[in-house]
Amino acid sequence: MDKMPKWADVVLVPVVSLLLAAIISAIVFLAIGQNPWEALKLMAYGAVGTSDFLGYTLFYATNFIFTGLAVAVAFHASLFNIGGEGQVLLGGLGAAIVVLLVPWPHWTLALIAGGTAAALFGALWVVIPAYLQARRGSHIVITTIMFNFMASGLLVYMLAGPLKPEGQQQVASGLFPEASKLPSLNDIAEMFGSDMFGRSPVNISIFIAILACVAVWALIWHTRLGYQIRALGKSESAAKYAGISAVNITMITLLISGALAGMMAINNTMGINSPQLVDNAAGGAGFIGIAVALMGRNHPVGIVIAALLFGALYQGGAELAAATDVQVQIVIVIQALVIMFTGALDEMVRSPIEKLFLRFGRGTAVEE
Amino acid sequence: MSEIAPAIELVGISKAFGPVQANKDISIRVMPGTIHGIIGENGAGKSTLMSILYGFYKADAGEIFISGQKTVIPDSQAAIAAGIGMVFQHFKLVQNFSVLENVVLGAEDGALLRPSLAKARKQLKSLAEEYELNVDPDAIIQDIGVGMQQRVEILKALYRQADILILDEPTGVLTPAEADQLFRILGRLKEEGKTIILITHKLREIMDITDTVSVMRRGEMTSTVKTSETNPADLAERMVGRKVLLRVDKVPAQPKDVILEVKDLNITDEKGVHRLKGVSFNVRAGEILGIAGVSGNGQSELLEVLGGYEKATGEILLNGEAIDLTGAFSDGQSRRARGIAHVPEDRQHEGLIMDFTAAENTAFGYHHDPKYQRNRLLMDNAAIMKDAQEKMDRFDVRPPNPMLAAKNFSGGNQQKVVVAREIERDPDLLLVGQPTRGVDIGAIEFIHQQIVALRDAGKAILLVSVELDEIMGLSDRIAVMFDGQIMGERLPAETDEKELGLMMAGVTDGETA
Repeated sequence: MDKMPKWADVVLVPVVSLLLAAIISAIVFLAIGQNPWEALKLMAYGAVGTSDFLGYTLFYATNFIFTGLAVAVAFHASLFNIGGEGQVLLGGLGAAIVVLLVPWPHWTLALIAGGTAAALFGALWVVIPAYLQARRGSHIVITTIMFNFMASGLLVYMLAGPLKPEGQQQVASGLFPEASKLPSLNDIAEMFGSDMFGRSPVNISIFIAILACVAVWALIWHTRLGYQIRALGKSESAAKYAGISAVNITMITLLISGALAGMMAINNTMGINSPQLVDNAAGGAGFIGIAVALMGRNHPVGIVIAALLFGALYQGGAELAAATDVQVQIVIVIQALVIMFTGALDEMVRSPIEKLFLRFGRGTAVEE
Repeated sequence: MSEIAPAIELVGISKAFGPVQANKDISIRVMPGTIHGIIGENGAGKSTLMSILYGFYKADAGEIFISGQKTVIPDSQAAIAAGIGMVFQHFKLVQNFSVLENVVLGAEDGALLRPSLAKARKQLKSLAEEYELNVDPDAIIQDIGVGMQQRVEILKALYRQADILILDEPTGVLTPAEADQLFRILGRLKEEGKTIILITHKLREIMDITDTVSVMRRGEMTSTVKTSETNPADLAERMVGRKVLLRVDKVPAQPKDVILEVKDLNITDEKGVHRLKGVSFNVRAGEILGIAGVSGNGQSELLEVLGGYEKATGEILLNGEAIDLTGAFSDGQSRRARGIAHVPEDRQHEGLIMDFTAAENTAFGYHHDPKYQRNRLLMDNAAIMKDAQEKMDRFDVRPPNPMLAAKNFSGGNQQKVVVAREIERDPDLLLVGQPTRGVDIGAIEFIHQQIVALRDAGKAILLVSVELDEIMGLSDRIAVMFDGQIMGERLPAETDEKELGLMMAGVTDGETA
């Protein structure tokens, strides 16, 4: 069995993918008459240059950790949940309803209740696609993407109607009660007399995200459920032989996946400086989660690293658009290029690298 | 003799994959108009050598001469141009194309299909007459049997004007009768002056049909002998490098109570096809019941029902108690809980998860066993690892590394992992399907000994195999399946291959008597 060493797959392939994305991005900058090197420096500064900027980067990374984990868990069962976007919106809806309906006396209770509701709503949103996949063989990719559209429609309806306070112009829910607001990292820093992270919205959800990473790691590699998920993902026929129920495992896996995506709401809805649910609450994080999971090789550690990278790209790109006359659309193009190269075109980079390794005889062949 | 150039001559061929030397300085001469066998265990380098000859791999060193001409074969197009045709173990046919379309595919004369098809139709007819290779050119591949599909592969090669035909494990999927037909065709091809290279691990085929045989071991061509000057035991020893028991060594069975009783089992699949038709039999403690039959006559379904992952009607009693056949408790887990272990027919798609480590595979199917849990939440990976290491040591799995993925073991060692897992559960009933398919001779001997040892420990064993030799050698009683039915039972001492062969072909008891 010939293959390239693991470090090449985990490190080299993503790095080469990023370089390719960077080269094409440089060409794009040259075409619009900008200096790519200057743009890169500005983006780097915008991402980590000040503690305020760093805070934003971490805030976005928190979003991407949740959606990345959601994609990864499903992926271990060979299920491609691309409905993260919709599940995030539903998570937001769940959190908003719980936090607006009940006057929670303390943010900890709000976090527990809101987080549970967010996870529950996210999971509920995947119940029908999961059932159709498990029982009827309707492809999860098709059904979850359709559910994204429905989620966005449902959210607009809720925000333009039932959840909108009277007299408010904006299509959004009312502001959440002050008592339920999650502390930002800046709030924590201030307790120690520091102004670290400034006005950035990064908040304690980032620790929940890290906890989720640990939980997913334990789930996948240290529990019976994880064992069965991986078994089903690797070989459905073998799972059948072993008495592992494909229907049950498919359902459970997708529910966990949906719950993880839904939990992003604690960060981007309950954790922001003026907490409320807005109509584009997901902001593409559901899709970026796919690239994050792919680049992170569906491992929590990889997902954290990839999420930080995409967080930096997101924040750095926004600063670049704000500081120069580079249009925001160009920044979106750059982000799309990175997603495309690290996500969709991953195999395009991998197979030539693999061939190179094999040609020069450095592949790790295993003695039989 | 020396005036005729060999059809193929390989000189000093070497090929390495990373640190593994798949072929080491291999030289071989294949004379025209002969059948030349290449025999060796799995992983001996047979397939690599043929892939070099067919242009799939580039040799690191060495030269190829075709009919005395030095030839470079960078790809399969060049191999075809040099007159080499290859029939792969796994056919490369388009399932929903007709025979004719498959033959023409890749050898069309121009942009329009019609003239090519017409030409091919004519040529197929003459090939059919010349070599007794009759196939309906308009039949769709998925509607014809494997034997026929193999003929199509041969026709494809002949249509491309192959003078040298390489067949890789051609009888693996064939019934004994189909294999005989194939050998007749090969004999005909030889008479017409074609050269044939037959790659196999079956000693009997080598003895029956080849003129010369080359033995490969660990990447080297260890010897080439005239078939008439050797015998199976000698060849086996050359392959393995030590003396091998070709017969299973066992004492007469001492059957006790009935463990498994199957009564009137029926399966009808979604398409309405009757897969099992009133199957009834029993297996006693301390005996091996062998089920013989050509692949696809209901044996797989029978194993699946007993293993808990196929629904059926009828009755199955284990130790006198009925087993749930259709309800919620009819799955692999409940079967294991009842004391049924199962070595499935297809280790790559059922018995193992190829991407899992050997350790993870050791727990496969038994992952709920308390000894593999650390607490209610977490599995005890260290205990799994330790258990795997012990089993691998006891069953001599090589390399004895539980962290290695299953796909990195040879077929024989993969099978040992499965057999170790199932036998070590100390089951009341062991289901065994094709225990030695794609397993090298050394491992076959070992696996057979393990099965007999379990029998001697007083367990019931149901053995399903398409290898008649294996059935005859291992079973204490033989039942023959044909078309979803049990055609009859025989004692090994009171029957022979001819009678069983007739029963496997559907000739009923009365007619054979």
